Amino acid sequence: MLDKFGIAKRIAKELKDGYYVNLGIGIPTLVANYVPEGIEVILQSENGLLGIGPFPYADEVDADLINAGKQTVTTTNGSSFFDSALSFGMIRSGRVDLTVLGAMEVAENGDIANWKIPGKMVKGMGGAMDLVAAAKNIIVAMQHVDKKGNSKLLKRCTLPITGLGCVKKVVTELGVFDIVPEGFQLIERAPGITVEYIKEKTEGHLLVVGEIPEMIL
Amino acid sequence: MLNKLVTNADEAVKDIPDGATIMLGGFGLCGIPENCINALVKSGVKNLTCISNNAGVDDFGIGLMLNTRQVKKMISSYVGENAEFERQLLSGELEVELIPQGTLATRCLASGYGMPAIFTPAGVGTEVANGKEIREFNGKQYLLEYAFDSDFAIVKAWKGDTHGNLIFRETARNFNPMMAMAGKITIAEVEELVPAGELDPDQIHTPGIFVNRIFQGSDYEKRIEQMTTRLKS
Repeated sequence: MLDKFGIAKRIAKELKDGYYVNLGIGIPTLVANYVPEGIEVILQSENGLLGIGPFPYADEVDADLINAGKQTVTTTNGSSFFDSALSFGMIRSGRVDLTVLGAMEVAENGDIANWKIPGKMVKGMGGAMDLVAAAKNIIVAMQHVDKKGNSKLLKRCTLPITGLGCVKKVVTELGVFDIVPEGFQLIERAPGITVEYIKEKTEGHLLVVGEIPEMIL
Repeated sequence: MLNKLVTNADEAVKDIPDGATIMLGGFGLCGIPENCINALVKSGVKNLTCISNNAGVDDFGIGLMLNTRQVKKMISSYVGENAEFERQLLSGELEVELIPQGTLATRCLASGYGMPAIFTPAGVGTEVANGKEIREFNGKQYLLEYAFDSDFAIVKAWKGDTHGNLIFRETARNFNPMMAMAGKITIAEVEELVPAGELDPDQIHTPGIFVNRIFQGSDYEKRIEQMTTRLKS
């Protein structure tokens, strides 16, 4: 079974040289730590920065320089700043190659819910609805089951929807899943996890074709 | 002769009436008009509709105006940082319209560009689309969203001149340029105010025509919401 760092590490293997990437808050942010050697990716922050650098040293901290999670960051060589309207222009016009988001639920048709739990949690969607409405390639990083043990990979989302039919791939602590017309296609198993176990923990339709390899991190 | 200079935040906001709709620049606590927010709290103006990406935190930014119950309605995209906000929302004391961040930015932009509405794919198939017109272009669905109509816009810039030209710094730019263009009356507070002619015209982000009032701000706290650092090895 993967921990959150393992999930981030596995997603980092999806990065390709020259990609512009938007990483959401939480596990997705960790993906930046595992960019494969020899590959250059440029991270986009929807508040208005292209080219997010590492966290600053204590004596470099700058209140004017933050990422979309409101964390202090730095710039990289070739960075640029811009306003938030321009930033979402980049996103809506399809310039961002890959978006990695967290989710509360994903459905077998690629619907995603990650912004609201009615009556309980009201934080808002931030940029998530814009990202999922326009991004070409969306990977969800999430836990396979919730705290009560219920599957978060569902036939249909039960929580308010963030976007329809947009998720292409899901990486959880149990495995890697492509969204295909038949549902969640199991691509790789996490180390030590059986196909039977994954079936048991997946409410949506799970497609298993042939031998499923264990992932190599 | 252009006369946009006001002495301070109190003077800049003194005619904002009860029930006004105001835009406030900033993302999180970054690039927020700290001086004007403090002045609004002091003025006691109430029943405000505030358009701002976030609602501050409990003891800073727009959070200060929530504590004094001056805000009737918030239009924002993300409000997760503020416990008092969540309490007022769940108890029904505060009206809230949550909209996608890109939609928020672009509705400001449309207003400043003199365009009545935009079409965006964000929110199609979600509760954000309830009651809104949907139009199909090239086989994809888009929501009709209207330009904001705001009585005042209050922005914060790094540098400004006496003609109202503004330069922003790093990610403190965020919503400020679009909001500066979208207010019927735009108020700018700046960290450094210089005489017209001292800023390089090539570097101006917001041309002065959009700014009605400008003043030299003071005592900026520039609070950091999430301090994240790495260790020197």
